[in-house]
Amino acid sequence: MKKIKAIIASLALFAMFAGTSAQAKVEIQWWHAFGGRLGELLDEQVNKFNASQNKYTVVHTRKGNYSETLNAGIAAFRAGQHPNILMVFEVGTASLMAAKGAYVPMYQLMKDAGQRFNPNGFVSAVSGYYTTTDGKMLSMPYNSSTPVLWVNKDLMKKAGLDPEMDLSTWKRVGNALDAAKAKGIDMPFCTCWHSWVHLENFSAYHNIPFATKSNGFAGLDTELAFNSPVHIKHIQTLGKWAQEGKFKYMGRRNEAGKNFRAGECMLMTESSAGYAGIKKEAKFEFGIRHLPYYGATEAPQNTIIGGSSLWALSGKSKEENKATAAFLAFLSKTDIQAKWHQDTGYLGVTTAAAKATKKSGFYKSNPGTDLAGIQMMRNKVTQNSKGLRLGSFDQIRGIIDEEMEGVYNGTKTAQVALDSAVKRGNVLLRRFERANK
Amino acid sequence: MEKRVFFKGWWLPALLVAPQLLISFVFFFYPSGQAIWNSLFLPDPFGLKTEFVGLDNFRFLLSDPYYLASFKTTIIFSTAVSISSMALGLYLAALADRLIKGAGVYQTLLIWPYAIAPAIAGVLWLFMFNGNIGLASYYLKALGYEWNHTLKGDQAMFLVILASSWGRISYNFLFFLAGLQAIPKSIIEAAAIDGASFWKRFGTIVIPLLSPITFFLLVVNIVYAFFDTFGVIHTITSGGPEQSTTILVYKVFSDGFVSQDLGSSAAQSVILLVLVGILTVIQFKYIERKVHY
Repeated sequence: MKKIKAIIASLALFAMFAGTSAQAKVEIQWWHAFGGRLGELLDEQVNKFNASQNKYTVVHTRKGNYSETLNAGIAAFRAGQHPNILMVFEVGTASLMAAKGAYVPMYQLMKDAGQRFNPNGFVSAVSGYYTTTDGKMLSMPYNSSTPVLWVNKDLMKKAGLDPEMDLSTWKRVGNALDAAKAKGIDMPFCTCWHSWVHLENFSAYHNIPFATKSNGFAGLDTELAFNSPVHIKHIQTLGKWAQEGKFKYMGRRNEAGKNFRAGECMLMTESSAGYAGIKKEAKFEFGIRHLPYYGATEAPQNTIIGGSSLWALSGKSKEENKATAAFLAFLSKTDIQAKWHQDTGYLGVTTAAAKATKKSGFYKSNPGTDLAGIQMMRNKVTQNSKGLRLGSFDQIRGIIDEEMEGVYNGTKTAQVALDSAVKRGNVLLRRFERANK
Repeated sequence: MEKRVFFKGWWLPALLVAPQLLISFVFFFYPSGQAIWNSLFLPDPFGLKTEFVGLDNFRFLLSDPYYLASFKTTIIFSTAVSISSMALGLYLAALADRLIKGAGVYQTLLIWPYAIAPAIAGVLWLFMFNGNIGLASYYLKALGYEWNHTLKGDQAMFLVILASSWGRISYNFLFFLAGLQAIPKSIIEAAAIDGASFWKRFGTIVIPLLSPITFFLLVVNIVYAFFDTFGVIHTITSGGPEQSTTILVYKVFSDGFVSQDLGSSAAQSVILLVLVGILTVIQFKYIERKVHY
């Protein structure tokens, strides 16, 4: 009995202390989608912030992949249990933008907290994605990348190819794949993020619309347009390669990255942010190239971003919003951004970070790491290459993935598949338009 | 003489049935009512605003060819899971029933897979057939068969059926074994003395005497295939490729919680509710008549 009393007393004492320390510091929650190497780097950033001051504590939690994180955030919001900061990938941007009242816009958050914050410090190709047409920044760009071509130089040599050969057009890539197949290479080509690379970025890169109304920037009444002859030609080519065994389909997301890192795949189209994992795991010499294009068009336009931004969700106390503002301002600091850019292969999202990286000589000692930035900012953006702002887009991507699977396994032609994807996607766009009028 | 208890007054009986009524209300009537109510609205994902649309969600669904295809997928899937797991369960039970030595060990081992949660069973099979590291896919490749269930619908279907049936075999085995052991040995022996072969005895005595259990298992297995296989499908295929393994209940989840279209998802729940109701009525009205008790 005495023992039990002692335990209760000590518990009460502990609770008291725990209570006081929690009161002293404002704790905020951040839900994100990063595991593996990226998760470690994110954890490092949070620890750095927590150690840098004694007013706020940031607690981060991984909620699964991008889609799962967004869905967890939305479900939690409905239940009133949402975090202060939610990581939302670029595809979910339109859904959040339309949900006025679910978030505190970035400019507002910073103003209310009296935090110094310069939205013009961000690279416009990135921040434009998260900014309203009248120039108000709604969320903070966190990680942004763009697709590039990854080359396994050892396999190139094995295929009897010059590892430095010109791979700037899909035609040249096709020739390289033929040679690789003839030499018995099992997986000459693989790709991650099919829709993002081969339709969304493909459209921007060739300066053709992915959807009408400036890819959705100009209004909710946008319609999909990725069934043009140029799109069809490309997807048909991928389908043909799949049938001939030159292109192996590994999954809808970044599953193929595993095969590349293991040294099985010769050429892979994947986000520039594949860098963190490839650098850590690849036991072969690898190279980075610009995304190939079709030589028929003139020089390529620019590619668009993928990745996520951080949204401050609404319904939190003033104190907590202050903490959120302080943390987000901390993340946009030049040294933090520069380190993130160099460690991960994500773009330097502030101009200062990109400059600092260049100055440090990082690009010289790590050739190819600057390609993503160049590829994104090589031209003045057009209304086809600004990005995408489409509602229910995660779902539409799912439809595109489904239809593309039909092309890869030979049950559909590219024409049929893309026509069907456009038709099915438009139904969802209309539903979204109706729900968000 | 009938055994019946009569209660005086009304409060004791009311008190005794109250817990059951309360549970039915909280876990059945209230959620079903909510589903029916929600199916008439088109809300935005965050629940900030909503619009009354009447039966539009149902119209939207029934004009979606993928939703209609999902019915076919569900029928193929649940028939395959029920039949294969029941047939194998019966086969193993018939064998285990004849064991003289070590029956307990065999029975325990055969029941074991039932203890594994569907999601874990899914991951287990996924590992074996994984295109990168799977043993099964490796050997299939060595035999010249290209395995890629992320791309080929029929392979994906085969895999989810396999993974869903696996744990279920144990369950069916358990019931069939109990059923077999409940059949009086004297009947079988009498038939044997009359010169009936094993198959003759099995077909004319064992099967009819097992029919109540078979019927029970049929109902339970179909309900299982309809609802409880979610974990397996979610872990192995997430309904893909090209929705070839998206059964109805998975579509409720993926449209509601992945695509955040709660109106459509609620409408699907209502359709599913009606469907299961009809199915149960059919089973009890027509199939049960053929069952000997």
